[in-house]
Amino acid sequence: MHVKSDQRTRVIFTLNGRERSGHAEPRMQLSDFLRHEMGATGTHIGCEHGVCGACTVLVDGRASRACLMLAVQVHGRRLETVESLAEDGGLNDLQQAFHNHHALQCGFCTAGILMSCSEFLARVPAPTETQVRDMLSGHLCRCTGYTGIVNAVLEVAATRRQFQEGDTEQENNNV
Amino acid sequence: MKPAAFDYARPTTRREACDLLFDAGDAARIIAGGQSLMAVLNMRLAEPRLLIDISAIDDLRTIERREGYLAVGAGVTQAELLEHPTLADEVPLLAQAMPWIGHAQTRNRGTVCGSIAHADPSAELPLCLLTLGGEVVLETRKGKSRRVAAGEFFQGVLTTARRSDELITEVRFPLKRPGRAYRFQEIAMRHGDFAIVALAAVIADDAVELGVGGVADRPVMRTLPHGEKLADALNEFAWSLNAQDDAHASAIYRRHLVRELGIRLIDGETPQEDGANARQV
Repeated sequence: MHVKSDQRTRVIFTLNGRERSGHAEPRMQLSDFLRHEMGATGTHIGCEHGVCGACTVLVDGRASRACLMLAVQVHGRRLETVESLAEDGGLNDLQQAFHNHHALQCGFCTAGILMSCSEFLARVPAPTETQVRDMLSGHLCRCTGYTGIVNAVLEVAATRRQFQEGDTEQENNNV
Repeated sequence: MKPAAFDYARPTTRREACDLLFDAGDAARIIAGGQSLMAVLNMRLAEPRLLIDISAIDDLRTIERREGYLAVGAGVTQAELLEHPTLADEVPLLAQAMPWIGHAQTRNRGTVCGSIAHADPSAELPLCLLTLGGEVVLETRKGKSRRVAAGEFFQGVLTTARRSDELITEVRFPLKRPGRAYRFQEIAMRHGDFAIVALAAVIADDAVELGVGGVADRPVMRTLPHGEKLADALNEFAWSLNAQDDAHASAIYRRHLVRELGIRLIDGETPQEDGANARQV
């Protein structure tokens, strides 16, 4: 494919489980595309050069900076943004834990952090505090001092493990 | 913080990419993961006329063990190499160094070859490639290719031996050699920041190949004697790097780090902190 600089091309992709499409010039960043073309304003834009992590989304399941991708690059890919987290209109367990632990104050960085944490918890179900802090090093939060965020992530990991163990026990009982 | 306008091409073959590059020359930039280039474009430090996206070229997405080296294609992300199941056995230096690259969120998209092409003097991958004596493979139109040794490839800050019509197709990291220990350590203000000093060492009984990043305008490697002459040799090496004062650290501190961290790394006194394991996630 070859797109001229002033030409808008159609980008078709999966956004939070639904096939969507929009138009973008080659230079349009994914972060702007999500907000302005898709109306998905949950994704926030901070530094626009990959440092702050506010715009982090999942691309094919991996946490990525939306400001360091072009909209044309997500054609055919699967994206998840913070809008994908809430279940039946309520907060999911991770969001609820952020609320319980005061893991946000102004909330500007939170959308990106939640996406990184979602990927991380799926990949590392039993993290240490060091691992959580290492993952969070890719995000800047100027309000919380991170302690609440770390506590929230560790709690969710523990609770999810308990649930899983419970499930396994039940399955064993059924046998 | 928006890029200037450019044309965008996403070829699906190397041949097509090389043809585009041949026609556009200096006016084109290659994009793979974009974790360095996109920041440069957003800040308009570069304003290419054409962006050639090589992420859809399937045969660049391979990691292959060949005779004596591990070949990493230009489409392979840092996360993919770090998660390569045999990496720690085949190229242990990379397994230690790669968790220090940026953050998990940037390693998910940033490519191995992209970091080599960008040639930041404090970057971990150029330092490892140089210290191990690896090579860069470059391809031009009509399938012609050449190999360049890492020592000749890195020529200065963000400057390499790549010609404007050449595409980096793979880099080759030599496999682990018997009787050698491989160690990596760096100091930065925070994990994931640019290294103030980064050290990579290949340690044998009688000699040490020590690579230093973050001090000179490119990574530098020198063979040092192992044993009682090491301290003097390290001191001389530290002075030869022509360290500069900048906003992050003084020249004095950088030389100090080369000497002190060098000794500790080579003597095996830098504990593999909890964080080092954590960073392999």
